[in-house]
Amino acid sequence: MGFIDNLYSVLSDKIYFAFIKEDRFMYLLNGLSVSIQLTIFAAIIGIVIGMLVAFAKITGKPPLAQVADWYVAIIRGTPVVVQLTIIYYIILADIDLPRTIVASIAFGINSGAYVSEIIRSGIQAVDRGQTEAGRSLGLSYGNTMRFVIVPQAVKNILPALGNEFVILLKETSISGYIALDDLTRGGTLIRSVTYDSMTPLLTVAYIYFLMTAMLSALLSKFERRLRSSD
Amino acid sequence: MKRNLKILTTLFLAIAVLFAAAGCTKEETLKMGTNAEFPPFEYVDGENFAGIDVELAEAIAKELGMKLKVENMAFDSLIDAVNSGKVDFVAAGMTVRPDREENVDFTLKYYNATQTIIVQGNNNDVKSKANLEGKKIGVQTGTTGQDIAGEIKDAEVSKYNNGLEAVMDLKNGKIDAVIIDNFPAKSYVDKNSELKLVEGDFDEEQYAMAVKKCNTKLLEKINKALQKLIDDGTYDKILDKYSK
Repeated sequence: MGFIDNLYSVLSDKIYFAFIKEDRFMYLLNGLSVSIQLTIFAAIIGIVIGMLVAFAKITGKPPLAQVADWYVAIIRGTPVVVQLTIIYYIILADIDLPRTIVASIAFGINSGAYVSEIIRSGIQAVDRGQTEAGRSLGLSYGNTMRFVIVPQAVKNILPALGNEFVILLKETSISGYIALDDLTRGGTLIRSVTYDSMTPLLTVAYIYFLMTAMLSALLSKFERRLRSSD
Repeated sequence: MKRNLKILTTLFLAIAVLFAAAGCTKEETLKMGTNAEFPPFEYVDGENFAGIDVELAEAIAKELGMKLKVENMAFDSLIDAVNSGKVDFVAAGMTVRPDREENVDFTLKYYNATQTIIVQGNNNDVKSKANLEGKKIGVQTGTTGQDIAGEIKDAEVSKYNNGLEAVMDLKNGKIDAVIIDNFPAKSYVDKNSELKLVEGDFDEEQYAMAVKKCNTKLLEKINKALQKLIDDGTYDKILDKYSK
């Protein structure tokens, strides 16, 4: 009995000290809002870039297709941390932008490469017969794409895209490298004032876990509704 | 044939273990935790670590008949590392503060320092601590600088992994000033002629090394060694070497 009491008082002390004293939970709350902001902006930028790059690759016209190939190869071939620090400290060094924008751009550019591959494979997964049928019905290439291929491709693309969104949320955790206070940074900041690693870091991990679980649940619900039309 | 092979392998492994065990009776290692991004106290020099703290620690280890091993990690994880036993002691230009004293035991204080301000050379706005209100300030996480910056009115505080990154952003104009300890500040300004130092009139601080709470045995040993280095002039010699 004494052990349980002891454990309870130790835990509640730690939680009080890490979060309630001096409103330290605000580090996490502010950090969380930054992480979510970054994920949403980066997702939007990533989808736009992804679509452009995917279509550049599909049309196969040089030099667009070449540039697209290079872009995807370089972004997928380097760590996102390195990309983030290069963009912040070198490429955008002389431009006065708030850190959240710089980070969104960097994560968006990174996401765009992966999204483009998702879109491209989704489109190419649609049976060739569909394109042939569309063309033989007299539809132009553009219209075939628009009314026949892409709607079917979307069903392939959306699950993978949703997954990429979840990955993005976790990727934003490296924002500390450019002094941007995201959720992970919130945890390490609390640690730096309380000298207790366990409470803030485990809590941060748990929050990420909850967020990704909620996101995944929403996505599978969405997927089921899509599949009901099959 | 197969049976012979098995016997030979086992014999070989047994001999190898014997050699390894023999190696274990060599000198004990003294593990030092530090954040080697804080010149001239600790920094990376080619393949090795260098700096005032590193040389002091090596001298201390020699006094104790042990071999020094330097573990480089983030500044704000040092106290955690010493308390969990990952390192035996911390020597990282660490200021003695009441909140830190609650979590570790400090050795005798071996250096007097103060925080100072670094700005761009052509900055005429910031001439003292008072001018820092409302400005963008860069600090290293977990340092005294972070605390001081946090108390300046309306300041926008950016927390970096180390002093160097803060100085880089200062050079790029992303922040207006960096608050950091004076000795490293001087080292940064010496290497970057476009920056300059500004007197901040901050409180004086003292550095000490730290051991795990209640590790009195090691604390006494380090204190004795440190005192000897101060008494016999080694401490002054090391300080002079890095003060050029």
